[in-house]
Amino acid sequence: MSALRANARAVRSIERTLATGRYNQRAFATALPRIQSSQRLSRPVFTTSNGQAVTIRPVQRRMKSSNAEPAPPFFTEAEPGKTALYDLHLQHGGKMVPFGGFSMPVQYSDLSVGESHHWTREKASIFDVGHMVQYHIEGPGAEDFLESITPSGVRDLAPGQSTLSALLLPQTGGISDDCIITRLEAGPKPLFYLVTNAGCRDKDYAYLSQAIASFDGASNPEANIRHVEADGQPYGLIALQGPLAAEILEANLAKDCKVDFKTWYFGNAKTITLALPSGESLPVVASRGGYTGEDGFELSIHPSQTVEVTGHLLTSAGKDKLRLAGLGARDSLRLEAGMCLYGHDLNDTTTPVEAALAWIIPKSRRADAKFPGAEKILAQLKPVSKGGEGVSRRRVGLVIEGAPAREGVEIVDAEGNVIGTVTSGCPSPSLKKNIAMGYVKDGLHKAGTELGVKIRGKTRKATVTKMPFLPAKYVKPQTEP
Amino acid sequence: MSGAIATSAVAAGRVLQRSAVRCSRPQFLRLRAQNPARSFSLSSRVLEKKYTEDHEWVDFTPGDKIATIGISEYAAKALGDVVFVELPSIDLEVTKGESIGAVESVKSASDILTPISGTVTEINNVLEDKPAAINNSPEADGWFAKITINDPAELEELMDEGAYKKFTEEASE
Repeated sequence: MSALRANARAVRSIERTLATGRYNQRAFATALPRIQSSQRLSRPVFTTSNGQAVTIRPVQRRMKSSNAEPAPPFFTEAEPGKTALYDLHLQHGGKMVPFGGFSMPVQYSDLSVGESHHWTREKASIFDVGHMVQYHIEGPGAEDFLESITPSGVRDLAPGQSTLSALLLPQTGGISDDCIITRLEAGPKPLFYLVTNAGCRDKDYAYLSQAIASFDGASNPEANIRHVEADGQPYGLIALQGPLAAEILEANLAKDCKVDFKTWYFGNAKTITLALPSGESLPVVASRGGYTGEDGFELSIHPSQTVEVTGHLLTSAGKDKLRLAGLGARDSLRLEAGMCLYGHDLNDTTTPVEAALAWIIPKSRRADAKFPGAEKILAQLKPVSKGGEGVSRRRVGLVIEGAPAREGVEIVDAEGNVIGTVTSGCPSPSLKKNIAMGYVKDGLHKAGTELGVKIRGKTRKATVTKMPFLPAKYVKPQTEP
Repeated sequence: MSGAIATSAVAAGRVLQRSAVRCSRPQFLRLRAQNPARSFSLSSRVLEKKYTEDHEWVDFTPGDKIATIGISEYAAKALGDVVFVELPSIDLEVTKGESIGAVESVKSASDILTPISGTVTEINNVLEDKPAAINNSPEADGWFAKITINDPAELEELMDEGAYKKFTEEASE
């Protein structure tokens, strides 16, 4: 019943959008050099004023207001969230499961999880990732604010450039959530695009509200955070992944949108314009990257057009090239690519050093030491042998003989002592081996170290293996010989 | 018509009786599937198939001591491509409801809980090399183990085919 109501709401929203001619091509001609005017005009969810959640009207200034914005909807298992593509999933035989507070497809009726995995590695798949949370952070203080909550070199990001990052906890340096930060605009009023995990929606809201309140208290320049939304609906987010992804996206560009896919590198976002079946064109922010280790793009799409764009990509590319893929394939693909899943491979108690993610902290940030938990993290970066603190555990990849090891399985040393735990694991469809990641005692983390995992009472051989398990196929600049 | 039915039932009966002696179990099950007609005289020889709420099946001929177990078609479908099967060891004594092995697909691992107590007398080694047999033929070639049962009365608590079908339909809603 609620699905029907939501649907009716979506239809009304589309009607409004069409009535106002938001996607009239001419209307967008002026908006193109900028990001997406509709995104910029969306309501801020909270701002820096007194730590209060405040609504700022399209007039871009900070106002003290009693017009408190209610928190965004937080979903529960009983009342799961639905993305704009919910009905499309059902039409394609999506088997819906609870994930991150949402009802999401784990697989579709046309392909098994294994088949969908191979399909993505050989052709292309679309994943609905609209359950993830998209924010804009803008204002003269945006760089300072982001650097006050993450260890990333936000200042040094070029327009369009993105980085994997983490919202860190003060003192402990624990990872409150992992995220992607992209600079959309430079200049005196920079604009950043932040994507966080659906499962952390509630706690990220609390974290960011608190962080921006204390940021403001220190008389920093203004920074505003808002959800990327329009008409009260979040922007859709889909991931087009696989070797045919670039070809499919290119075929769907509007006539006047020229993009060189050979020099559009991994980890870079562009505003591109897609041709819609209606003849109109639609600007979307497209980030080259994803969560599969394949070439691909994540497209942030106006809520009224998410269904149309997804449907049109599927139809225009055809069933021989492009299929929908669900969480099942997404999990085995990301594991082969050695990528972490928050809540499993990362949590509040793991630091970037333990998680083998120290590479997200550039030299400049190690030097300024001004991110949450910097003292702890910098001490961990220095091994005990050099007077540092080091870490007691490290995230590693494992290849396991015999049975697949799943989350929670104990890792043991040659003497049978428990020295760690598996945090993710599955039989790898591409490698035909059992792969896993987990945390092991420092010192036992070197590639080639032979350990054991205890599965249903039997100890199976586990070898520490470098990740990614399967080499990534990103488009990167050619390195000079 | 009635004559034809009687003839085929008698033929099926002969096949079944022969197969009980000479055929492998999977062949037997195939034959039985091909010859669904059953006559009164056969009923005492016909296997009784029961199901658990955990989606295992158990096939048992009243009067025999050995039962065959496996996972249901419904469970095999829900699991997806099975890539690994962990079988119990022979002579293992098992208690009803206890985990005696596992079936793993890309996305999940499921324990096999034995529907009956007894001693494992045979395991389907084919599954070690060809785990996909569970998907292809979960209720015949993909059988899991044979168990010499202690107490046939344990079977009475399980669901018959009709009740299990209803159970899975309710679970899918």
